[in-house]
Amino acid sequence: MPAYEITDHTYDVVVVGAGGAGLRAALGMSAAGFSTACVTKVYPTRSHTVAAQGGIGAAIGNETADDWRWHMYDTVKGSDWLGDQDAIEYMCRNAIPAVYELEHFGLPFSRRENGKMYQRPFGGHTSNFGEKPVPRSVAAADRTGHAMLHTLYQQCLKHKAKFFNEYFAIDLIMGADGACKGVIAQCLEDGTIHRFRAQTVVLATGGAGRIYFSSTLAHICTGDGGAMVARAGLPLQDMEFVQFHPTGIYSAGCLITEACRGEGGYLTNAEGVRFMEKYAPNTKDLASRDVVSRAMTIEMREGRGVGPHKDHMLLHVEHLGAEFLHEKLPGIVETAMIFAGIDATKDPIPVLPTCHYSMGGIPTNYHGEVLRPTAADPDAVFPGLMAVGEAACASVHGANRLGTNSLTDLVVFGRAAALRAAEVLTPQAEQAPLPKDSADLALARLDRLRQANGKLRTSEIRLSMQRTMQNDAAVFRTKKTLDEGWQKIQEVDASLAEIKIADRSMIWNTDLIEALELENLMVNAKAVMYCAGIREESRGAHAREDFPKRDDVNWMKHTLATFNDKGGIDVSFRPVHTKPLSDDVESIAPQVRVY
Amino acid sequence: MVALMPLGKFLLPANSKVGKGKTFAAPAGATRVKKFHIYRWDPDKDENPRLDTYEIDLDKCGPMVLDALIKIKDEVDSTLTFRRSCREGVCGSCSMNIDGTNTLSCIKAISEVKGDVTIYPLPHMAVVKDLVVDLDHAFAQYEAIEPWLKADTAPPPNGERLQSPEERKKLDGMWECIMCFCCSTSCPSYWWNGQRGYLGPATLMQAHRWVQDSRDEHTGERLEFLEDGMRLFRCHTIMNCTVTCPKNLNPARAIAELKQLMIKRE
Repeated sequence: MPAYEITDHTYDVVVVGAGGAGLRAALGMSAAGFSTACVTKVYPTRSHTVAAQGGIGAAIGNETADDWRWHMYDTVKGSDWLGDQDAIEYMCRNAIPAVYELEHFGLPFSRRENGKMYQRPFGGHTSNFGEKPVPRSVAAADRTGHAMLHTLYQQCLKHKAKFFNEYFAIDLIMGADGACKGVIAQCLEDGTIHRFRAQTVVLATGGAGRIYFSSTLAHICTGDGGAMVARAGLPLQDMEFVQFHPTGIYSAGCLITEACRGEGGYLTNAEGVRFMEKYAPNTKDLASRDVVSRAMTIEMREGRGVGPHKDHMLLHVEHLGAEFLHEKLPGIVETAMIFAGIDATKDPIPVLPTCHYSMGGIPTNYHGEVLRPTAADPDAVFPGLMAVGEAACASVHGANRLGTNSLTDLVVFGRAAALRAAEVLTPQAEQAPLPKDSADLALARLDRLRQANGKLRTSEIRLSMQRTMQNDAAVFRTKKTLDEGWQKIQEVDASLAEIKIADRSMIWNTDLIEALELENLMVNAKAVMYCAGIREESRGAHAREDFPKRDDVNWMKHTLATFNDKGGIDVSFRPVHTKPLSDDVESIAPQVRVY
Repeated sequence: MVALMPLGKFLLPANSKVGKGKTFAAPAGATRVKKFHIYRWDPDKDENPRLDTYEIDLDKCGPMVLDALIKIKDEVDSTLTFRRSCREGVCGSCSMNIDGTNTLSCIKAISEVKGDVTIYPLPHMAVVKDLVVDLDHAFAQYEAIEPWLKADTAPPPNGERLQSPEERKKLDGMWECIMCFCCSTSCPSYWWNGQRGYLGPATLMQAHRWVQDSRDEHTGERLEFLEDGMRLFRCHTIMNCTVTCPKNLNPARAIAELKQLMIKRE
């Protein structure tokens, strides 16, 4: 291996990723007096938070009466009782000050006539413990994520957080004492290698939605944080739970927000029937996302899909009127025109369930501290490492995330991580020198791929992986497809040994970066496929046709997937926290989940 | 692509002359071939930039220019370098010059281009590699306007600042900007003066966004900042910015309103 020159940096905190969670963490860390570096592979405003549309869930009750306990009930029910109730209580309570804080930061929320922030109904959000839909989603038109990302970026600039834009994090630095010590990254612009030493690394690297062929997620969503953690020998949690959003636009896969249905839109099949009335008589089109995606899949399987291939459904918003759509859903009108050639003010939009969100991820507590569970202590903290946002699994979303709760998750736990750091760390504390070999692992990986000269392009292997996941681990799953899928994904993984890249340079080498990202994706894909095969029940987004019922006796527990030396996965389990954080609310006991 | 040079010197530097590059022929049996001429420049080689030509079978390619770029990277030439992320026109990564106009490759339909498709990096920016330009200065200019809410009045501790729908509406058409810098890099004045202090339309529209926000209490200070010969007043109302904006926003109007406010202020 050639000698790579290394530039060293020392910060109190290094945040990897500059989406909503990473920026909120970086902002809080900077404001608390920690020297903070934010290492991000794209300019912060390119992060995928920018694509969030419908709003942020918080029981501020600007439209009708609301209560964080109702929000908590909905979230626990939405999670199909796999979410940790302490973390969920923390999120739903703190969502309220978090949203006010965003407003105080200058986020341009849409407004009601009385000058307060506008809220709209969203799937699974109800008043009075499941009674009827409640407007809880605080929104900036249908571009809430954009507004939030830009606002948080602005606040980070205000607080002088130090950004390392377009630096690709390769691997974590782990100390012999069993703690994380920092991270190794490459600067794309000049190809230099950087070693960041920190008291705490915060992983805010987002989801891994690009493991599937059809995804609403951006190309950059490659599960980098989870893969770094897995390579360091730490477990990933609940990876089998992947959300398929009911309304990805047909063929392109871009997101069409659930706010369409929140504002009164509805789905029909090829016969023009509003089929959701059959599957969710109470909340209909505003049932939880897993429920709607399964209903659509069943309709298509039974021959009632739209189009020559009967492979999509129709989303109607045209009856809401052009003026309303241009004010409340302008982004959707634009996206439908660009990607489907449809004028949504006149015609329905072709949609189908599309991979959207990873409920699983790096296990954390509600402070954002990464867990390394042991038999004696299932909540044991791994020092020096935090994870927030979609990369993490707190677990507030359990087996299925409610719409709007992703943005809530980002700001609440990004903020929580900074609050926790302020409690347990001291700004500018002395840090021990790093071992001499601290960069070896990361550089060996970088160099191996940079010199890779096999037979298969990155894109070929990636496509095989995506097709395998799409075919064998999508909305409905069975033992047969999951067993086959596991065999296939192992073969695809093995084919990484045959990867070749053509660009040998160090500067802005996206050929290399895509190969590094593919290795990261593969870790996530294997964990999803394997854990889906392990979990013999149906819960939330994990629908097993051979085990159609939820099994609380055997399976109300978190899955932990740890990669072993042979590239296989060892699975263990961790109990769900059924006890809330405080006495202000009672534990929500499992019930049959109907909408 | 073009290094900064003093006014009055109209010859391009020798190393900016774009030569003819390689041609990658369409695969046998291609049914509907379109040629893509793409600017290439490798920072590791002491060579001038070139235009490589890729023949793409449109029957095996998605509808957008970004689909063609990804197809080339995936199947023909993985060294081709460009930024991309959301692929739906909201993140601003894939801004470039396509068929003579700055736009986002992810929402630019190939069918909108008559004849061959020619793709260059954003004009008059330092090229890092192929279609990737250096945006550090552009983002630093954005930071310079202090684009965050400034208010001395404390907000209500357990509630939001109030803002009427009419007040909020004044921000529409500005807060949606995705910072792709298509507008700034289409502006001849920015080409000449961008490095000398002119902020350019993207940043000026954000300056106006904060001036217009009813919650912000530092309008005077914001306008004061723009009160010099360069930052704002190097806009000469050329309006390329508004013509080129891929999000159909109107930076020229925002700048005009800012200028009116400056005059009223005197």
